[in-house]
Amino acid sequence: MEIKLTLNGKPLAASVRADTLLLDFVREHGCRSVKRGCETANCGLCTVLLDGTPVLSCSVLAARADGRAVQTLEGLQDEAADFVGFIADQGAEQCGFCNPGFVMNTIALLRENPDPTDDEIRAYLAGNLCRCSGYEGQLRGIRAYLDRKKEG
Amino acid sequence: MERNFKTVGKPVRKKDAMQLLLGKPAYTDDVTPRDALVVKVLRSPHAHALIEDIQTETAKKVPGIECVYTYADVPQKRFTMAGQTFPEPSPYDRLILDRRVRFVGDAVAVVAGETEQAVDRAMKLIKVRYRVLAPVLDMDTAKDNPVLVHPEDDWRALCPVGADNKRNLCASDACADGDVDAVLASCDEVVAHTYHTKACQQAMMETFRTYTEIDAYGRLHVVSSTQIVFHVRRILANALDIPKSKIHVEKPRIGGGFGAKQTVVAEVYPALVTWKTGKPAKMVYSREECQTAGSPRHEMKVSVRLGAMKDGTIRAIDVYTLSNTGAFGEHGPTTVGLSGHKSIPLYNTNLEAFRFSYDVVYTNLQAAGAYRGYGATQGIFAVESAVNELAARLGLDPVAVREKNMVREGQTMPAYYNEPANACALDRCMARAKEMIGWDEKYPCRDMGGGRVRAVGVAMAMQGSGISGVDVGSATIKLSDEGFFNLTIGAADMGTGCDTILAQMAAECLDCSVDEIAVFGADSDASPYDSGSYASSTTYVTGKAVEKACGELRDKLCEIGAGLLGCGADEVEYTGAGVRRLDGSAAVTRMELAAKSMCGNQVAAQTTASHTSPISPPPFMVGMCELEVDKETGSVELLDYVAVVDCGTPVNPGLARVQIEGGLAQGIGMALYEDVTYDQNGRIAESSLMEYKIPTRLDVGCLRVAFESSYEPTGPFGAKSIGEIVINTPAPAIAHAIYNATGVWHRTLPITPEKILFGEHEHEAHHLSRGGQQPPLRGE
Amino acid sequence: MLSINQYIRAKSLDEAYELCQKKSTAVLGGMLWLKMQRRTVGTAVDLCDLGLDRIEETETAYRIGAMVPLRALETHEGLNALTRGAAADSVRHIVGVQFRNCATVGGSLYGRFGFSDVLTLFLALGATVELHRAGELALADFLALPRTTRDILVRVTVPKAPVKAVYLSQRNASTDFPVLTCALCAREGAYTCAVGARPMPAAAFGDEKGLLANGITEESARAFADDIASRCAFGGNRRAGADYRREICKVLVRRAALALEEG
Repeated sequence: MEIKLTLNGKPLAASVRADTLLLDFVREHGCRSVKRGCETANCGLCTVLLDGTPVLSCSVLAARADGRAVQTLEGLQDEAADFVGFIADQGAEQCGFCNPGFVMNTIALLRENPDPTDDEIRAYLAGNLCRCSGYEGQLRGIRAYLDRKKEG
Repeated sequence: MERNFKTVGKPVRKKDAMQLLLGKPAYTDDVTPRDALVVKVLRSPHAHALIEDIQTETAKKVPGIECVYTYADVPQKRFTMAGQTFPEPSPYDRLILDRRVRFVGDAVAVVAGETEQAVDRAMKLIKVRYRVLAPVLDMDTAKDNPVLVHPEDDWRALCPVGADNKRNLCASDACADGDVDAVLASCDEVVAHTYHTKACQQAMMETFRTYTEIDAYGRLHVVSSTQIVFHVRRILANALDIPKSKIHVEKPRIGGGFGAKQTVVAEVYPALVTWKTGKPAKMVYSREECQTAGSPRHEMKVSVRLGAMKDGTIRAIDVYTLSNTGAFGEHGPTTVGLSGHKSIPLYNTNLEAFRFSYDVVYTNLQAAGAYRGYGATQGIFAVESAVNELAARLGLDPVAVREKNMVREGQTMPAYYNEPANACALDRCMARAKEMIGWDEKYPCRDMGGGRVRAVGVAMAMQGSGISGVDVGSATIKLSDEGFFNLTIGAADMGTGCDTILAQMAAECLDCSVDEIAVFGADSDASPYDSGSYASSTTYVTGKAVEKACGELRDKLCEIGAGLLGCGADEVEYTGAGVRRLDGSAAVTRMELAAKSMCGNQVAAQTTASHTSPISPPPFMVGMCELEVDKETGSVELLDYVAVVDCGTPVNPGLARVQIEGGLAQGIGMALYEDVTYDQNGRIAESSLMEYKIPTRLDVGCLRVAFESSYEPTGPFGAKSIGEIVINTPAPAIAHAIYNATGVWHRTLPITPEKILFGEHEHEAHHLSRGGQQPPLRGE
Repeated sequence: MLSINQYIRAKSLDEAYELCQKKSTAVLGGMLWLKMQRRTVGTAVDLCDLGLDRIEETETAYRIGAMVPLRALETHEGLNALTRGAAADSVRHIVGVQFRNCATVGGSLYGRFGFSDVLTLFLALGATVELHRAGELALADFLALPRTTRDILVRVTVPKAPVKAVYLSQRNASTDFPVLTCALCAREGAYTCAVGARPMPAAAFGDEKGLLANGITEESARAFADDIASRCAFGGNRRAGADYRREICKVLVRRAALALEEG
């Protein structure tokens, strides 16, 4: 079937199978930041924004994205670059495989709640698993960014 | 022996950090062609069976299918998938595909095709007739069981590890110092219990994956998510029965390893396809395959007899470990050793005798592998729990018991191959941890009302730094254009940051900035030989090789510089900026040296050094936790975890800290909910991240980390290791705190709310009465 | 692996209903459960163009469309004011924000999953569901329909009559499936307690014995909780056994009752 959507701001028409998952679709279209980590919607590695809302692209049919706007980290480099350096300063990226999904969901969090508490950060990002970092460094990085922003 | 360094000891950013955080393509599936053949493995539904007949013709006819291979299509020379130095201690007990399948998930056929859909269709069309055999599912009765997991005559063990396939034994040994029975008999108190840890899953975020192609030279080019490029070369050559010279292995970025990728789990399947068809092939493990046909921790039952006097003097420790290696012996003979050799020496001071014996058994369950901690985690849960039980029985503070008995700097450790504790700040770790958590105020517990009790727990740990006399680390350092340096290594950065840490060491030695060191690795053709990144070896062993190589390069640069300055090499010195005459009268810059190295030069501006160490200096640590038990529900909330670590000089304190936090989180999961259970047919219940729960950021509480550094004289810049030790304290510390809250010892992990509410013994009885949870069948 | 032959965005509920009369048709919810199944779906029907992704407020009720994501139950101010946060409490442990942005109310209820948190909540709130063909019926009655029923769940309606509500669950790890769920509501002096993840689907119980009639105290709450636990059937699965669930039921119901009184 034919679908039309915008991927990272660019209109795109493509032919997909009825069961093509959005995850596979965006990877095929060059967005290799989007990762598959499980088959059960538990890991958060495949997080993309669908009409601005963070969703698991492993659980969305490409067909469902027809007519909608999909964003991946490839299209949000500047917004991410704003804060990821603070996470790098903590060494909390570690193996990096969970980073794109985690960064995408952090973007969604900060758009929704520009000044979250630590508990709000933990709760919002709970669906982003990481096996390397123990999570604390990621939190310290986001906190350092927010503090810096407040200081101006 | 604290020293001031310019670059070592600084929390510099990981060199690849921004690329990874911005999601740039870096991993195997990102950087290899998308149009390679898709490779999948048809897996056994039976724990033990012989393939009587396998029909693949219909499957081969599916459009887009390239090939379907069965046991008839593979070389008949057994090999091991364990990434270890040759001759491997792990027995040669595998074929790529075997007629006998030995666990639910064992490989039955390899299918390759143009699309995933075609491969999935073909897999459904393969018809297999099995002769189902009685499986060995119970590790307690596996040894000398009439059912053999490996009855084949071509099974072989290359090393004398006490293996005997006709007894289901992958390894067996005993060692002792002193008369442990006599000393135990003369002790006031003997604690004797068995502690059971499960086949925990590594759950690295990137599953196993490998791409293979034939390169322009007709060699097999392998791009794989692996910690061990050189061992992969050997293992694939063994598996395919082709010369080692025909294989070239490289690793891109790795999405987590933890030891999982120290076993050649996925590589053989696409390699087989590419070698036979000449076509590029790729295998990406599903999460389910990772959970059921991966390389988890060895399940162990560790029996401890701990003898002490009323005043808490620990005089004898007797440890017997029964380890379950599953269907194949990868890392079976070696992981078990750490369960005793990395637990008993913690109590070195007053120890008069010890004995450590073990059996490693084959069963028809998922084969185990190398998982962070590598047996030490299991042994330390047992011995540390036993020490806590001893303190409780004697009415002594468990911290005081440890202070009385813990290993101290300068001692020789008989239970650790008589190696010296050159550098040991365990005593300082304990004092600091105690202060950080407020042990004296909080031990043992506080009633918070409403059925809630807060309690604290403690554990110590040690590990090694590389494998003594075995591991080889190497580094090549080269002065390049404009005066920057290339550092080429064979160690594998799996996210830990070793590329950066080794660059920091090089920068320290060459007196330049970390940015001036470009790191490359690992590639079996291009890198100098390195055993690989495992056994907590990279910082300590490869780090020393970097230090050596840089020292030698400085000499070479002096030689080149002296030529430019028209004097003898003994009249100049290397300054970082370049080379100058000792009298200060003249100098050449690094840029000039680099230019010279590329024009009319015959002194290589490059050196390679290798290093091995006769000892494996242990890092030490203390973990203390505070948790709250809801006694009405059995729920545990982890409030605070304090870890104080002596890893020698922390080369990069930022990365060392994150290693610690990450290891603690894994240990917390292992202690509280990461479980692996089997149904009566040997099928794993926790085959997904939906069923196998790893900690989320809501589960880890507050992790607090501090360093109490010793200075290891044999390590680079005083460093020891950090990567593995960090997973060892949570299980015993948490079990201890739960005892302090509830009065019940939990000796089987994980410690779930149900077990806490009902207490361990009631739970066992209750568990057996539950529908669908029958005890495993005994092999017949 | 799930395979789908055909994807259709329904233009009307009638069309969706017609399509789903075929056994090989599946109506898409959040796809989280469906995606994990090894099956072939002939036609996947998507209701996403039918305006069912909204929570509408009327004078007497909140009407929650089948395609409303679980995340909306968490963030909707009116619904959370009415339930005193129980709506948010019922979903906040479910995996993560992205998951809850995908998972739909309709999918959660239509599956009648044993582990369903929202089923537990809506049952206690006295919600009704609207099926396209069968019309409006009490959620409890919907639960009793045979699983072979091929109808379309259009929306769920929560009456706005003032209610006190508390939602509690027991989990082995923070975002795991629940070991037990419990929602307790008081509306005009009548109590409804739903207990789910037993591991069978939620069932609702009243206070027919009037154990709470003279007010909620530690003793009456305990008696009420024990009564509920004695009336519930419990089973075992990998996460916990029946005996544990029974004990937890007593604890959660008692705590819910006391929290109801406090709040």
